[in-house]
Amino acid sequence: MELGTKQDEQVLDIRNLRIELQTSRRTAVNVLEDVSLQIGKGEIVGVVGESGCGKSILSLSVLGLLPPAMRISGGELWYKDELPLHAYDNRRLQRVRGKEISMVFQDPMSSLNHGLTVGFQVTESLRLHLGCSKSEARERAIMLFRKVGLPRPEKLLHEYPYQLSGGMRQRVMIAIAISCNPGLLIADEPTTALDVTIQAQILDLMRSIREDDGTAILLISHDLGMIADMCDRIIVMYAGKVVEHGTASEIFDHPRHPYTIGLLNSIPTPAKKGNRLYSIPGTVPALHERGAGCRFASRCEYAADRCRQEQPPLIQVGKQHTAACFLLEEVNANAVV
Amino acid sequence: MMNRKYSLSLVLGMTFVSLLLAIMLISLFYTPHAVNVMKIADRLQGPSWNHWLGTDNFGRDVLSRVMVGAQTAFMVGAVSVGIGLTGGLIIGTLAGYAGKWLDELLMRGTDALLAFPGILIALLLVTIYQPSMFQTMLAIGILSIPSFARVIRSGVLQHREAEYVKAARGIGAGHMNIIFIQILPNIASSIVTTAALSFSTAILVEAALSYLGLGVQPPDPSWGRMLNESQSFLGKAPWFTLAPGLVITLTVLGFNLLSDGVRDVRDKRG
Repeated sequence: MELGTKQDEQVLDIRNLRIELQTSRRTAVNVLEDVSLQIGKGEIVGVVGESGCGKSILSLSVLGLLPPAMRISGGELWYKDELPLHAYDNRRLQRVRGKEISMVFQDPMSSLNHGLTVGFQVTESLRLHLGCSKSEARERAIMLFRKVGLPRPEKLLHEYPYQLSGGMRQRVMIAIAISCNPGLLIADEPTTALDVTIQAQILDLMRSIREDDGTAILLISHDLGMIADMCDRIIVMYAGKVVEHGTASEIFDHPRHPYTIGLLNSIPTPAKKGNRLYSIPGTVPALHERGAGCRFASRCEYAADRCRQEQPPLIQVGKQHTAACFLLEEVNANAVV
Repeated sequence: MMNRKYSLSLVLGMTFVSLLLAIMLISLFYTPHAVNVMKIADRLQGPSWNHWLGTDNFGRDVLSRVMVGAQTAFMVGAVSVGIGLTGGLIIGTLAGYAGKWLDELLMRGTDALLAFPGILIALLLVTIYQPSMFQTMLAIGILSIPSFARVIRSGVLQHREAEYVKAARGIGAGHMNIIFIQILPNIASSIVTTAALSFSTAILVEAALSYLGLGVQPPDPSWGRMLNESQSFLGKAPWFTLAPGLVITLTVLGFNLLSDGVRDVRDKRG
């Protein structure tokens, strides 16, 4: 699992993160277990998985924006090896949010405040974090609008979100997110609410931000095609655990975990036209139904007794590739590394 | 996207309210006759060119007294809405934003206040202290706290989890920023609706208290007390009762329509 990129300076280091959901006064269940992830400068890392696998929770935990019933119960979150985010209180996190790490949310229709002008909302974080004066902030906002490809920036400052289209709003959201030159941008399904042509534009924009500013991006999505297109490395999550981790080409060309294989098989392609589309049988176990063994055992066609009793560790299956499945132990013994 | 067609309620409400506001403002500088000067010889005269709305049992001009009574009504309305709004804003935002036990405590407190009949609390306060305009305003103001608190709490509660608030937190906005810049302006229209409604209730309660002789004290004119004084002469001098009765009705109607109108415009806008 230690296959984080050593190439460059590390921006985010998540070590064995565990997140707990308080279900009643005395009981709690783990929503996220033993998740580790490193992101280097200028890297785009994707997190994929079904709804409810914990990918959004992972992204919220980085900014300390977990819902009230959840908390980090183990592991560490380091920003640039300097800031221990897991130990920060709300006040210190406020100084990190939007400045060092910022977030682009899924739905640009509802993530802008409809009662405030676009200009106010873009300049807000500049004034909060950099202490810009009004005119300075205005200048920078216009620059940001140009950068994210928004038309007529001067006029736009005085407009309200309802006057903009969905794609423009998402550009505004991105402008807000990159306004303080953050080291890390977290994008939680940034294109899900947009139509396909706009999706491509937004993704191009995110790529160019990475190229220009060296901003690292953590991209959360269930859209495998987009992840394949955008990311350097990919983490596949299932029911709160990392099941596979590797470079984009490794994951897509040589998936090793049965879940990843199933996931890739269920992508519709022209070649499969006419055939019934593959889907992984069964459903994700609910939080309280997760047994002692592998989380995927109940849906896995290769599951053996051992899989239902023990949790498989992440096994090195390639230079930059790990997967959590007992089946791979033999492969490993046969020395691929 | 925005529907600019104003609702009929809004237009009518605005008309009534601004008419009364104008009368109130004029009365500050000019009334046809001196308000408190009694002329027993002229008592209970019917409407005439000299006294448009007739005179009362002490020979005072009813029109002048109705005009000056508007000052009392607006004063009571404004001050008690001010008290209610301030109290409601503090309680409502705290309860809605902090949630948990504080929410429970504050809302059960306002429920308790709501359980008392309004007049009863007003009577209590006025009995403990001396009946005066200030006590009346205080009592009505305290009584309107629960309705403001409820409206504001539910608005804050609804917007607290909104995506745009999450996004604001995501760029490092603090609690104060979120409450005052993000959330409150978004629920302003429902606050205005409540304020207009409370304004009319306040005027009505003041009239009721004064009618019972516990509100504004003589010789200051008050619509409610005019009704009280006039009722023994109802048969002989109906104008004396009709004049204050009608302005009370019109004022309350005006503010209720205004409140409805604001709500209509807001709902249309979605």
